[in-house]
Amino acid sequence: MDNLTNKEYQEYVKKKVPKPDYLKNAIRAFFVGGTICLIGQIIRNSLFRFGFDEKAVATGTAIIMVFLGSLLTGLGIYDKIGKFGGAGATIPITGFANSIVASAMEYKREGYIFGVAARMFTIAGPVLVYGIGSSIVVGILYLIFTAGR
Amino acid sequence: MAVKRIGNRTIKFQNPPSIIGTSSIVGPKEGDGPLRSYFDLVLEDDTWGQKSFEKAEAKMQEEAIKLAIKNANLSVNDIHFLISGDLLSQIISSSYTAREIGIPYFGLYGACSTMTESMCLAAMIIEGGFADYVVCATSSHFSSAERQFRFPLEYGAQRKFSSQWTVTGAGATVLSANGQGPYITYITPGRIRDYGITDTSNMGAAMAPAAVDTLLNHFKDTGFTPMDYDLIISGDLGLIGRRIVIDMMKKEGYDLSENYTDSGIKIFDTVEQDTHAGASGCACSAVVFNGYVYKEMKKGTFNRVLVMSTGALHSTTSSLQGESIPGIAHAVTIEKSI
Amino acid sequence: MEYITAFIVGGLICVVGQILLDTTSLTPAHIIVTFLMIGVVLGALGLYEPIAEFAEAGATIPIPGFGYSLSKGAIEGAKSKGVIGAFEGGLESTAGATAAAVLFGYVISVVSYPKSKS
Repeated sequence: MDNLTNKEYQEYVKKKVPKPDYLKNAIRAFFVGGTICLIGQIIRNSLFRFGFDEKAVATGTAIIMVFLGSLLTGLGIYDKIGKFGGAGATIPITGFANSIVASAMEYKREGYIFGVAARMFTIAGPVLVYGIGSSIVVGILYLIFTAGR
Repeated sequence: MAVKRIGNRTIKFQNPPSIIGTSSIVGPKEGDGPLRSYFDLVLEDDTWGQKSFEKAEAKMQEEAIKLAIKNANLSVNDIHFLISGDLLSQIISSSYTAREIGIPYFGLYGACSTMTESMCLAAMIIEGGFADYVVCATSSHFSSAERQFRFPLEYGAQRKFSSQWTVTGAGATVLSANGQGPYITYITPGRIRDYGITDTSNMGAAMAPAAVDTLLNHFKDTGFTPMDYDLIISGDLGLIGRRIVIDMMKKEGYDLSENYTDSGIKIFDTVEQDTHAGASGCACSAVVFNGYVYKEMKKGTFNRVLVMSTGALHSTTSSLQGESIPGIAHAVTIEKSI
Repeated sequence: MEYITAFIVGGLICVVGQILLDTTSLTPAHIIVTFLMIGVVLGALGLYEPIAEFAEAGATIPIPGFGYSLSKGAIEGAKSKGVIGAFEGGLESTAGATAAAVLFGYVISVVSYPKSKS
């Protein structure tokens, strides 16, 4: 083993690690992700029935979905959905809520400032940073490209 | 002149220290596993009535140390040194435990290799005539390790196929200058091996080369062959790591397929208990050794055993910075009689 | 009808994420940020709008929908208020969801405790 190089070993390890069941995981992600979106659609349609306009419906749906994701995390159910559904549970906005609540409650013992409040955004923070940051860039680029017109 | 050294880096004890008491405490999931009857205490609640998982871990280690001392028919004040370590940052579980135990304490960071690392040092301290009784201990807790090294508990992420399950538990061993055995007859301390594995969900592969390196040197130094042992048991290489070790040792001309297993495979039913590639954590080799191996040696099932805890010596910072995982393995030969 | 399209399109977006999770060493956090950025870019180029119109919740509930809504808001802000609007627009259009996440996230973490896994 003295003449084994890092590269050789890494290649060898790759062969030893069993491949995940891509198809099964994809089907589960499809089913879970699809169901969460279906629930979102049901909420959306209900809000329309209450007579809200498009903008209010979009915001309202997102708020309710965030609430559901947070609640299911607090009840200890969302991690099980995630274990089953993988990306199907992390990619919808409920997964964003899950990452906030899961991090925050885990660190409660460290207090309400450095524990709960500071840790809320360990996983969700990058979403806000990149999302908000890039939206400003998009807005400014829009102004630059339309300035001549 | 180090007369007790043989070969490259093995130590052969002239007055082998005896193991006179052990203890193992595990959480509920470990208690549901195939080794349940070997553990001294199986907790029903893995917080053990404490306010945090970290406190629960320290309590497990403290109770394990007290229990091992009791099982050795000694009292805490008879013990000259406590040598212990764990996974949490700055080994807090061990230090808080040492605060309660109140005897001279050496804190170790050997990650999951802590059990045999502490046994190596304790055996040398006793052989050197610096102490009559030394207690070695370590602990880990799934929930405290998970949050430090991976994700929050309630985060909905999938575990990778190669990932391992941190054992909730604590084990302690009391070594004595005199005793009826089993005895520590040889130790082969390990050196770091690092083949550039950066995937922290594949620790078995990161640590396997260190295990192979220690085994090769052990056999070369002592002249033993694998068949001289009734059991060779590594710490927490899991299914993937074990396969790599058998494979690499075969290439070096040693057949381990008969009597080599891994604590991380023994402790859980990997399929039934959904632990993927097996178990890991400081407590993994600690409770399997202090529970299963020790009790079976006492019964006479095994006469000569090689225990080799394996450690992955990275940190959360180093893995975020993309650094590879340094692996280590320390081997201890334990014989029922000399 | 919109239920079926929401289910299928939402499900498919998640399948792409799952394939990335299984075949690369990306963590869920990397994938969420990547998908968000894809949503921002597609939204800016006007390519996400038709998907959102077709699949409704199937396109807006997954995280690229959040990115789409950010860039759409920023462009609308820029249109009506210029540079200041470009700064305000993205946050404005996603203010509800973000504020909800802060409030619900805080309240629920305060009242609940993480449970050990078995």
